[in-house]
Amino acid sequence: MSVVLLVEGLSVHFRTTLGVVKAVDGLSFAIGEGETVAIVGESGSGKSTVALAALRLIPDPPGKVAGGRILFDGQDILTLPDAAIRAVRGRRIAMIFQDPMMALNPVYTVGRQIGEVLRLHLGLSKREVMAEVVELLRLVGVPAPEDRARQYPHNLSGGMRQRVMIAMALACRPKLLIADEPTTALDVTVQAQVLDLIQSLKDKLGMAVLLITHDLGIVAETAHRVIVMYAGRKVEEGSVARIFKDPRHPYTQGLLEAAKWEETEGALLREIPGVVPSPFDMPKGCSFAPRCFAALPRCQQEAPALQEIAPQRPVACFVAQGMRT
Amino acid sequence: MRNTTVAFVVRRLLQLVPVVLAIAAMNFLLIKMAPGDAADILAGQMGHATLEFTQQLRREFGLDLPLIEQFLIYMGRLLTLDLGVSFLQQQPVLDLILDRLPATLVLMVTAISLAGVLGVGLGVAAARRQGSWIDNLVSVSALIIYATPAFWLGLMLIVLFSIKLDLLPSGGMMQIGAGKTSLAYALDVARHLILPAATLGLFYVAIYTRLMRAAMLEVYGLDFITAARAKGLSEGVIAWTHALRNALLPVVTLAGVQIGHLLGGSVLVETVFGWPGLGRLVFDALLQRDLNLLLGILLVSSVVVVIANLIVDLLYGLLDPRIVHK
Amino acid sequence: MSFLRAFWLRFRNNRAAVGGAAVLALVVLLALIGPFIYPTDPFDMVGRPFMAPFGRYPLGTDVAGRDILAGILHGGRVSLLIGVMATLAATVVGVTVGALAGYYGGRIDDVLMRSTEFFLTIPSFVLAVVLVAIFSPTVVNITIAIAVVSWPSVARLARGEFITHRDRDYVLGCRAIGMPDWEIIVLQILPNALPPVIVVASLMVATAILTESGLSFLGLGDPNVVSWGYMIGVARTVLRVAWWMAAIPGAMILLTVLAINLVGEGLNDALNPRLKQR
Repeated sequence: MSVVLLVEGLSVHFRTTLGVVKAVDGLSFAIGEGETVAIVGESGSGKSTVALAALRLIPDPPGKVAGGRILFDGQDILTLPDAAIRAVRGRRIAMIFQDPMMALNPVYTVGRQIGEVLRLHLGLSKREVMAEVVELLRLVGVPAPEDRARQYPHNLSGGMRQRVMIAMALACRPKLLIADEPTTALDVTVQAQVLDLIQSLKDKLGMAVLLITHDLGIVAETAHRVIVMYAGRKVEEGSVARIFKDPRHPYTQGLLEAAKWEETEGALLREIPGVVPSPFDMPKGCSFAPRCFAALPRCQQEAPALQEIAPQRPVACFVAQGMRT
Repeated sequence: MRNTTVAFVVRRLLQLVPVVLAIAAMNFLLIKMAPGDAADILAGQMGHATLEFTQQLRREFGLDLPLIEQFLIYMGRLLTLDLGVSFLQQQPVLDLILDRLPATLVLMVTAISLAGVLGVGLGVAAARRQGSWIDNLVSVSALIIYATPAFWLGLMLIVLFSIKLDLLPSGGMMQIGAGKTSLAYALDVARHLILPAATLGLFYVAIYTRLMRAAMLEVYGLDFITAARAKGLSEGVIAWTHALRNALLPVVTLAGVQIGHLLGGSVLVETVFGWPGLGRLVFDALLQRDLNLLLGILLVSSVVVVIANLIVDLLYGLLDPRIVHK
Repeated sequence: MSFLRAFWLRFRNNRAAVGGAAVLALVVLLALIGPFIYPTDPFDMVGRPFMAPFGRYPLGTDVAGRDILAGILHGGRVSLLIGVMATLAATVVGVTVGALAGYYGGRIDDVLMRSTEFFLTIPSFVLAVVLVAIFSPTVVNITIAIAVVSWPSVARLARGEFITHRDRDYVLGCRAIGMPDWEIIVLQILPNALPPVIVVASLMVATAILTESGLSFLGLGDPNVVSWGYMIGVARTVLRVAWWMAAIPGAMILLTVLAINLVGEGLNDALNPRLKQR
């Protein structure tokens, strides 16, 4: 299986008045053709930053890619000239955002906003664009697409807006779709529909998907592999089946425990105690150690590096790596 | 959609009526509160300020009737669009005003268009290059112009362009004998229009630039801009199509609020440049203490403000599809 | 850190605002003690007319031989006095009206809002001209006229603030313990509503100064005092030969207004800090 996206040692720093924040610190991963890879973590883990970095959308200032490479189709996204990166965005890599109401321009019709991508990247004529827009809306399951195309974002429901975003993203048949919390802002009933839509379209178009989310439920349903991030670093990675059956990092275990609560009636929520550390006050040693039930004395002193405890199963935890002290 | 817009316009025009009535009532009050009355002034002008003559004039003008009656007569006249007669020019006030109104409208429209185009352009440019020397230059210039009294600016421009450089005329609307053909006439008027329009407009360029810049910066922080970038659009396209239209909304709103201010400014600018419009008429009326004329101008300019506000609201509705005129 | 201290720190870090404050202080100083140090009466004819600046008289003489520097110093007093007093009056009236309208709502609100709308429809400068023309130009009348055209915007702002605050929990709490209305309005809500009002008021002083100078320029100034606008008006006819007579007083107006604007914006930034980063 060929690699679509290869991220090597990505670091993204943000300059703030209180200091430099390392939003992403030395992250590496790969996405293969047709694969769905999910990145999970709490807010502040850096997962959304990864999504923006993949399209070189980190606002500079205050942000900056401080190191690493992002290889897409053999080219490094981070060093491409402006015109080249613009040719990739929306065409070869597309992105859908968390809140479709905010991600759509309120003063233009949805048809026009979808058509923009077609006109820009595929050079279609006005009539061709209109026809294709209707087809795309039909493809994502919007009823009466000809009428809807002429409507404005505020005329549509939340679920429909997200479908429009998906249509906009898929218009040029990209190789990679980045979905940043695609269902978070939607009603529960609509969430399932949107997920199914993404799945079916992904299969139909042979796309790879990078799914950013904090919801383990949708990871279980849609992803092949999952990467767990904490405080800007990858702490565990593996196939969905194995991570869910046998999580090794205490943080992952905590997440799964908390997620299980939803399924068991009358159970108490087993939260992970404590909060994500402030980026200005990172603990010495393992950043999760203060909250970790399995922390060893060593964990407070040294930050564990990623180590494969099994083939393609990297974990950044001394305990998982078999240490006892 | 068309029907609701028409209904909206009609409703707003109907709202004019109570406003006009209120202003008329205020005018009446002001006339009555003024020390001395029309009869005194006229008698003084005529040089016969004796008591009997003044009393006789009062009877003629109906100024000795009870206040309520006077008010009703006044309102009645208003309904027939009779704003009274200018005491000293001996012409109906309304005629004088309508005669001068077009010149003022030309000046105002030119000034606001200039301000709009320049202000929006500079504001967008400054926002795109936030923090650069262009941005700082634009911001500082806007600050300074905003603090400049318009009439003084006009005078300084006259000194520079008219006196020192002898490039532009220092006043008036046209040169006598300059316009044989309508094109030559138009060009002549245009030449005379440059300095006054620039003077009146510069203040608003400053305001719109700063507002546009602030609005653009706010819009740039919104998610759909990032989404537009993610689609591969260039910064230029993003600035001029996606960001601009959203940022224009608060600017257009402000423009509406400022029409009254603009009229006030035209009083000063027209006086400085001798531009034969309503503003200049105010000055002339002031010199002669012509109360009827002044109050008439107050009334008419308020009507102009209401109509202009209506136009601005319609414009806003065109820009923002979320507004539905119910 | 207390609110005042935080505010002061933020203001102090704003170089433009501090610069403006310094210039403003200078202008106020000149206006206050200038006429004592340089006691020439601006109406006195001290020398030949049209004397250029940097001669015997620091800023020269005007068309009637009057000392321009004396005019500047005295004019400063007039402009600042009228500007501040008019704004004070407009603010007091505006806040009172706005507070009542915002807090009580209903009929009172309707009536008060109609009147502010009325005032906002009439071009304010034209109204000021008419008022001063009718009631004869004196410093007091000019001040009142400017206050009359300025209070509506303060009222609108105050009303908005009071509406926002009247439904807040702390107000409900006060009502629940039986606090009388006037106490809630004056002692509870008002201190919270003041910051934006202060900003608007400070910017309004600048506008008032501009309006006053416009009125004086048109000849509607108090004939017993010299104001900067009056000096410009007088100099208008001799622009060709002595443009500095108009330039100097105008530059003073510009400087003062600019300084006030900078301070006002500094106040705004210091009182309402916006989060600059996410």
